[in-house]
Amino acid sequence: MKTTYTRVEQIVGNVIAVRATNVAYRELAEVSSAQGRSLAQVIRLESGRAFLQVFAGTRGIGTDAEVRFLGHPMRVHFSEALLGRAFDGSARPRDKGPELEHSWVSVAGPSVNPAERVIPRRMVRTGIPMIDVFNTLVESQKLPIFSVAGEPYNPLLARIALQAEVDVIVLGGMGLKYDDYLYFRDTLEAEGALGRTVIFAHTASDPVVECLMVPDLALAVAEQFAVGGKRVLVLLSDMTNFADALKEIAITMEQIPSNRGYPGDLYSQLAARYEKAVDFEHAGSITILAVTTMPGDDVTHPVPDNTGYITEGQFYLRGGRIEPFGSLSRLKQFVNGRTREDHRTLMNVMIQLYAACKESREKLAMGFQMSSWDQKLLSFGQRFEREMMDLDVNIPLEQALDLGWRILGECFEPAETGIASKMIEKFWPRPQAQPSAATARREVGSAR
Amino acid sequence: MTQSTGKVKAVNGNLVVAEFDRDVRQNEVTYVHAEGLRLKSELIRVRGRYAEMQVFEDTTGLREGDAVEFSGELLSAELGPGLLGQVYDGLQNPLPELARAQGAFLQRGNYLAPLSSERQWSFTPSASVGATLAAGATLGSVPEGIFDHRILVPLAWEGTWKLTWLAPAGEYTIQDPIAKLVDAQGRERVAKLSQRWPVKLPIRAYAERLRPSEPLTTQVRIIDTFFPVARGGTYCIPGPFGAGKTVLQQITSRNADVDVVIVAACGERAGEVVETLREFPELTDPRTGRSLMERTLIICNTSSMPVAAREASVYLGITIAEYYRQMGLHVLLLADSTSRWAQALREVSGRLEEIPGEEAFPAYLESVIAGFYERGGMVRLNDGRMGSVTIGGTVSPAGGNFEEPVTQATLKVVGAFHGLSRERSDARRYPAIHPLESWSKYETIVARELVALGRRTLRRGNEVHQMMKVVGEEGTSIDDFVTYLKAEYLDASYLQQDAYHEVDAATPRERQVEVYGWIGNLLGQALRFASKDEARSFFQRLTQATNDWNRTPRGSSEYEEARAKLDGMVAEHAVGNEGRSQR
Repeated sequence: MKTTYTRVEQIVGNVIAVRATNVAYRELAEVSSAQGRSLAQVIRLESGRAFLQVFAGTRGIGTDAEVRFLGHPMRVHFSEALLGRAFDGSARPRDKGPELEHSWVSVAGPSVNPAERVIPRRMVRTGIPMIDVFNTLVESQKLPIFSVAGEPYNPLLARIALQAEVDVIVLGGMGLKYDDYLYFRDTLEAEGALGRTVIFAHTASDPVVECLMVPDLALAVAEQFAVGGKRVLVLLSDMTNFADALKEIAITMEQIPSNRGYPGDLYSQLAARYEKAVDFEHAGSITILAVTTMPGDDVTHPVPDNTGYITEGQFYLRGGRIEPFGSLSRLKQFVNGRTREDHRTLMNVMIQLYAACKESREKLAMGFQMSSWDQKLLSFGQRFEREMMDLDVNIPLEQALDLGWRILGECFEPAETGIASKMIEKFWPRPQAQPSAATARREVGSAR
Repeated sequence: MTQSTGKVKAVNGNLVVAEFDRDVRQNEVTYVHAEGLRLKSELIRVRGRYAEMQVFEDTTGLREGDAVEFSGELLSAELGPGLLGQVYDGLQNPLPELARAQGAFLQRGNYLAPLSSERQWSFTPSASVGATLAAGATLGSVPEGIFDHRILVPLAWEGTWKLTWLAPAGEYTIQDPIAKLVDAQGRERVAKLSQRWPVKLPIRAYAERLRPSEPLTTQVRIIDTFFPVARGGTYCIPGPFGAGKTVLQQITSRNADVDVVIVAACGERAGEVVETLREFPELTDPRTGRSLMERTLIICNTSSMPVAAREASVYLGITIAEYYRQMGLHVLLLADSTSRWAQALREVSGRLEEIPGEEAFPAYLESVIAGFYERGGMVRLNDGRMGSVTIGGTVSPAGGNFEEPVTQATLKVVGAFHGLSRERSDARRYPAIHPLESWSKYETIVARELVALGRRTLRRGNEVHQMMKVVGEEGTSIDDFVTYLKAEYLDASYLQQDAYHEVDAATPRERQVEVYGWIGNLLGQALRFASKDEARSFFQRLTQATNDWNRTPRGSSEYEEARAKLDGMVAEHAVGNEGRSQR
């Protein structure tokens, strides 16, 4: 029989301390007070006292609140019945569906043995040239979208989710605006994808502790699907809110902050979640796409900075476009060597030329004379932005590569691109594409 | 001797406090018993009757009153034949065997023997009975892959020992007695094929440490030519995320001219280790024609594995490196990333509520980092043979800012600095080692004056480039403009290297001498152009032709043709040799 404790000795922030014996570290408890009931988790044991973070917050909790320990750590129901459902950060239904009991799986389980991992080999096609051509998304990759408030990161997530060929989508929302939660739900429903989706959503008005639970719940469920052979895409938005929730609890617990108030273990905490991305040799896979909003558009802020060291690349979403500079898919070389032989060359050359174009634009802005080389770069840059970078462009990879050659052919002489001669012979567009040189010139004119 | 036992009093993350009854030792290994498991931990502080321990595993489910067992032994590595080719976690558990025993997930509380106790090794004795030997002296050897693995008098044995019995040639396991030795007091001890050594202490059973002077070829041109590494030297690679630290480490682990490579993946992505793990067995080592895995050992404590074991993984790596150095081998230890280890120190320090230093790192961070890098070095062993441990550590500075404590502490103690820059990686200039900010105190493999000329060109080219941003191309003299183009050319066709091209990925020493000799000559060569556009187009063509040259196998006819083509191109614009008169 589980004992109920009623001696709350301390209430600080969202953490209470109660004098209790035989409590396990990370055990769950139920706290009942005049405010209602809430789950709570043991986060520290010290000389006969257990410290619990209360999911619903401590507002209104009395020193006589009843604390009943449940004898197990955080867990979540797992079965096919999850599909199409939405839950909150305590894993209670957010939709009108029934509570799901039994068949529990524990959350934040052990990590995968590195010796059991395989080198990812499958590309995830998104139809977005800035991803498919320049920073290919790979199954089992963990990739954040670095962005700032106001950018269309949630629509981008939704679009990738709908176009990617995966079996199950798990959405974890942290500090999500209620509108955004509805947006995700409605978009997935309208496209007929809700039936293969599980949603764990913590909205901005929910208690902050529940925010901490969302990634673990989402990833625990994803892991079960993957072990069962499913290819799972996990969408997390927004991980900065998760990190801020960590910060809040750490400060409440009087931990020494390391950088801008964040706890010293921020890296390990984030890594524990992101490293759940995996490709099982004889089962499914987990791919993680997560939004990280950068406070003040500052990539050196601790959250994006630590994230960048953990994830396998990052997409910068700025001005409604995926930036070619800084955006990176570290796993792209596992797949882009086998898509088409010109993929890598084209990817590198176009980015180098676009970088050179940016320099020419700086010169132009400062009023310097434009050499004929600068002119070529300017016209290239403009076409590149309009025909490839725009997020409205939705074409398969092969078409995007052909388009790339066409743009190069119409803007440059082969030798100017520095592409190896063998590649030029095979892929450089034949001279019949001549007339557009005039078009290019006109565009430069308009750019001025 | 009875060991102390204790009871858990407090749990905070992976820090556990226990009350103990007898004597305990700082840094001894302890086991916390919880939920039927024994969780390995290390004692890190003693206060009164309370021992504070960092647990190397997840502490979920621990309760007050759980039993704690003190082992009395410091955290130690098992050293013996069979280490090479292994994949260990930070506590020297073989990961493939763990996977076989418990499936895809790492369940806590399972510890396996690092070396097989069943495998038979064919021992050939070489010491003579009656000889007086000291720790580290050779008793005999067993073949291990491509090496003769020397069996040494256990390194932890102090003083001199008289050999009273040595096993005859034959097959033995690591458990079998191989020699009996007696010390001055007449105490007899038995040596086996394997021995144990506490990982946090350096192995010093050598005659003297030497200055690192032999170059270690990595086959990365910008490193070997401009910022070389020496055998027995130390170097660090700091860089922001995405700048290519790990790719550089991987390439080095494949191509470096050493006998043994130890990769300590510490707190980084699991996926990266998997590449090494899956690809190395398939790759052949060009030096030996055998699988690359036979000279490699991987220690893998990735970012989602227990934080406390990160520190252990770095020390395990250096200890094994030192052990192979004792056999007269040249060892390269690649630690990726030392920042994660420093962060682990910070996490523990925070839980211990120590007074924090800069950015909350503990005040002892510098001495810990210095102590680690100082374990590298070239040594002359007691029998006159040479061995070396070279250490290359990556640093992941917060925000890519090299002013932070870990980078600064590392720069003080290394011999070469390969600083990766965000601008270079954004412009896809790989390897993204910054040619103006990096430095090395070691000797280059090509002619020194040509390197100096290359440096001058790069520096001057950068000045012109900065100037051009202000005064524009039209305000720049053609001479300055050509210097700028030369610098860009050197960068594009020599400093940059395609890591994924079969030929360009690795440039052997002789080829670097030849190619850089040619490029160095060009840099010193006065060139005449009618206009800036002509100059630019010349260097664009030259860059393309040089990149073609870099991609042809040396010794092929295409290689000679490519070189001849380059000579022809330069001859058209050459006006005598100004470089020679400068020298």
